[in-house]
Amino acid sequence: MNTAFLYALVGVGLFSLGLYALIVHAHLLRKILAINVMGSGVFLVLVALARRSRDAPPDAVPQAMVITGIVVAVSATALALTLMLKLSGETGRAELPDDRRN
Amino acid sequence: MEAVNLMLWTFDTLLGLGLLWVAWRTLACADLFKGIVLFVAFGLLMALAWVRLDAPDIALAEAAIGAGVTGALLMAALARLRASETDEGSAGQLGSEGSDAEPSQWLPVVILLVVAAGLGHALLSLPPEAVGLGAEIAAHLDISGVSNPVTAVLLNFRGYDTLLEMVVLFVALLGVWSLGREIEQGASAPGPVLDTLARILAPVLILVAAYLLWVGAHAPGGAFQAGSVLGAAGLLLLLAGWRPRADLTARPLRLALVAGPGTFVAVAVVTLLTGAWLLEFPPKHAGTLILILEATATLSIGVTLAALFLGGRPRHDQELR
Repeated sequence: MNTAFLYALVGVGLFSLGLYALIVHAHLLRKILAINVMGSGVFLVLVALARRSRDAPPDAVPQAMVITGIVVAVSATALALTLMLKLSGETGRAELPDDRRN
Repeated sequence: MEAVNLMLWTFDTLLGLGLLWVAWRTLACADLFKGIVLFVAFGLLMALAWVRLDAPDIALAEAAIGAGVTGALLMAALARLRASETDEGSAGQLGSEGSDAEPSQWLPVVILLVVAAGLGHALLSLPPEAVGLGAEIAAHLDISGVSNPVTAVLLNFRGYDTLLEMVVLFVALLGVWSLGREIEQGASAPGPVLDTLARILAPVLILVAAYLLWVGAHAPGGAFQAGSVLGAAGLLLLLAGWRPRADLTARPLRLALVAGPGTFVAVAVVTLLTGAWLLEFPPKHAGTLILILEATATLSIGVTLAALFLGGRPRHDQELR
């Protein structure tokens, strides 16, 4: 096992932590943070796995896709935050309605 | 050699554990403001991890966007959320920001463990050697027009990815604009420190963006990194209370927003009509075409990121006739 696998496993850990937080937290800002952490985990797995063979030069294709992914993530985050503010302005709560309580 | 290897191993292990710990604190800590500050720290640790994985281009993008712009967007959203909550006098709801995980919920923990174990097992059962396109890229780098492989992939070999990515950024801004106008900030004048800092840093950031754009042809850098640094300059000016004049937010702003995707589509159509494939550049002109595409993309990415920060259409936006 080399360092690439170490970072790939950290990526899996980040994805799982983000998924857990996405499920248990009701506040939408926390959910948006959780999705961002999940995304970072996915990016880390993608690049780390391409770096498994240390002798070859780094593969530029996954790196380019992750750079694209980071920009897409920030635009999605901005849209999600605006939607959250709209929802909070309409309902007074930055949370989605809970089926069990209604 | 052994000692260096051991040190690097220790560093990697500590960095990995640090990433997981900061991510956990980001998501679990009771105060949302603290969570966002920790998220910015998380982004900077991620940038270190990218450097360790021989990906300096991603490290630059992560530091500028993941840590910088996303952090600023989250902070602004939290400030607006708290302002609207205090306006309605619903002080009790501030409590709902707290960590609301119910400890009795064991099902998510089981899901967490099953997902982590399954993905970890899948990773470790992969063959030790990666099959990639690294050799393929190295063999064709001399016809790409640039000598940085990541820029070659982004702008030449897989140019359509970048074209579609520019469109995603543009559509996200359309979504934000269609949800309403810019949210009025409280009339708080910036302190002297922020005001002075913004005046000094904004020109420096614009210069850094131009440098990153130029250097991207042969070293880590490029349109995305330059665009996000440009966007950061815009954010800083907006934070210091600057707002674009009304005559700038009508046509000039819209032109800057569509310059990147528009130029990309125009080049794609021209390459298609001149007999080549979509976005296949003739090797002789590839370098020039890439520089033009990157320059307009940088402008559009920077302006879009700054416009996203406003959280809606600019206030003095006049309807176009």
